[in-house]
Amino acid sequence: MFTLLMLLAPFPSRAEFGDVVFNKHSEKEGVRPVIFPHWFHRIRYNCKVCHYELGFKMRAGDNVVLMSDIIEGKFCGMCHNDKIAWGADRCDLCHTGRPGLQSGVIGGASTGGPGRW
Amino acid sequence: MGRTSREQRRVKAARCWSLVMAAAVAISTGLAWAGNWKPLAQDGLHDPSNTALSQLQNPAEALSKLPPDTAGNQVNWVKALEQGKINPRTSIYAGTKVNELDKKEPPDVLMKNTAELSMVRFPHKQHSEFLDCSNCHEGLFKSKAGTTTGFNMFNILQGEFCGRCHGAVAFPLTECRRCHNEPRPVAGGAAKAR
Ligand code: HEC
Ligand code: HEC
Ligand code: HEC
Ligand code: HEC
Ligand code: HEC
Ligand code: HEC
Repeated sequence: MFTLLMLLAPFPSRAEFGDVVFNKHSEKEGVRPVIFPHWFHRIRYNCKVCHYELGFKMRAGDNVVLMSDIIEGKFCGMCHNDKIAWGADRCDLCHTGRPGLQSGVIGGASTGGPGRW
Repeated sequence: MGRTSREQRRVKAARCWSLVMAAAVAISTGLAWAGNWKPLAQDGLHDPSNTALSQLQNPAEALSKLPPDTAGNQVNWVKALEQGKINPRTSIYAGTKVNELDKKEPPDVLMKNTAELSMVRFPHKQHSEFLDCSNCHEGLFKSKAGTTTGFNMFNILQGEFCGRCHGAVAFPLTECRRCHNEPRPVAGGAAKAR
């Protein structure tokens, strides 16, 4: 268990706490995984905007996001629509992850947080 | 009879958790002190070969200006909000009904089932500034103190109840004292906390 800990420990301390990786479809479809930064968004919006008003489920991986949805104004596209924030054409600003990342929240229940050791 | 042995097992489990946690605290605080925010290109997550990275903000640029903390984002988000250092919107569409705490504001909820540790005082006010009631009620918690079933530290550490947010986005579970914040009125040796 402790060796496991030592292996995991350096990882969450590097990536920013609360970053969410989306890689259900991305790499399979030939693009980089998506990294959603909570820290950046929570400076601008309260949790309730996304998790109540806009209806994002509060569980990494529970929102099945396709690029077509975003372009139609769902999920990230509710804001990333060239009105509230820059639009869906800025691929490289969202698809920023290293190849091989697993979907999930960083520093959270599955890594740094003691949740799922 | 079954009851006492269950009780003993619980205490044992609690001790075991405390140990593991103490180790985790040591490790995590060590790291928090050791390094500040990593630039995106070196954080192990972002692909440094993506030239657009330079258009993104590095965490240090924004977070270093906010009230400091030693865990999570190394920001005390409650203070940041209280002091007006951040001013996040609470809705984006006109006409969304925002459920705010009003005069019938539910009081803090005191949770006493914490073995030998300090009790937990759950503050509704601070949470409601960030969250809607429906983020917690009735899915994670019942709206009557003491009625949520399965509500214990083990499940919290599994990412349920408080652990849904704490450890993922809000300050991590290694910060025992911030939740176990209400010393027991003497009895037992736990009143030293805080
Ligand atoms: C606002 C952020 C954002 C932007 C901008 C964006 N994407 Fe995505 N994209 C996502 C998210 C989130 C997913 C879901 C990823 C997953 O689950 O793997 C996704 C998924 C995808 C997928 C895989 C799923 C599918 O629908 O086929 C492809 C391919 C894709 N994006 C291509 C692009 C391209 C090309 C662009 C630029 C024209 C782009 N994306 C811009 C956020 C974005
Ligand atoms: C700009 C929108 C946005 C804001 C603001 C936001 N979130 Fe999220 N949140 C997301 C997205 C997107 C996900 C990932 C969902 C997925 O992977 O399907 C997520 C996931 C989560 C998760 C799940 C993590 C896990 O372990 O599975 C939690 C908990 C969470 N958010 C809490 C919060 C809290 C607390 C706040 C306020 C401090 C907040 N969020 C603010 C968009 C947001
Ligand atoms: C509530 C509105 C909202 C939602 C929903 C939202 N964003 Fe954003 N996002 C913003 C705003 C506003 C900005 C800042 C835009 C600017 O600087 O012009 C931003 C910026 C970003 C940035 C750039 C951060 C930086 O360093 O500059 C990324 C990456 C990003 N969003 C990804 C996502 C992804 C992925 C999703 C969906 C999972 C998403 N966002 C959903 C509002 C939102
Ligand atoms: C996010 C808040 C939070 C944090 C952080 C937290 N706890 Fe708890 N803890 C609780 C709550 C809530 C309960 C259940 C109280 C109740 O049901 O009356 C609890 C219960 C306990 C119990 C009682 C036994 C059990 O299994 O429920 C122990 C022991 C415990 N916590 C230890 C710890 C330790 C050690 C840490 C630090 C590593 C910690 N807790 C961090 C909220 C927290
Ligand atoms: C972050 C999660 C969270 C949020 C947000 C939240 N609550 Fe609660 N609430 C709790 C918890 C935890 C309890 C205690 C449950 C238990 O002890 O089983 C509770 C208990 C209650 C109770 C019962 C209090 C008592 O003494 O019996 C009421 C009433 C209540 N909440 C109303 C609200 C309302 C109204 C809102 C929105 C303004 C709200 N809550 C927002 C977590 C939350
Ligand atoms: C839905 C998400 C969510 C849940 C569930 C949740 N919290 Fe929190 N909590 C937050 C956020 C967001 C903050 C703001 C601080 C931060 O982000 O680090 C916070 C802050 C706190 C604080 C600090 C208040 C202050 O004045 O500094 C305490 C104590 C706390 N939570 C205890 C609890 C306990 C105990 C539970 C379980 C009964 C719980 N929380 C459940 C999201 C949550």
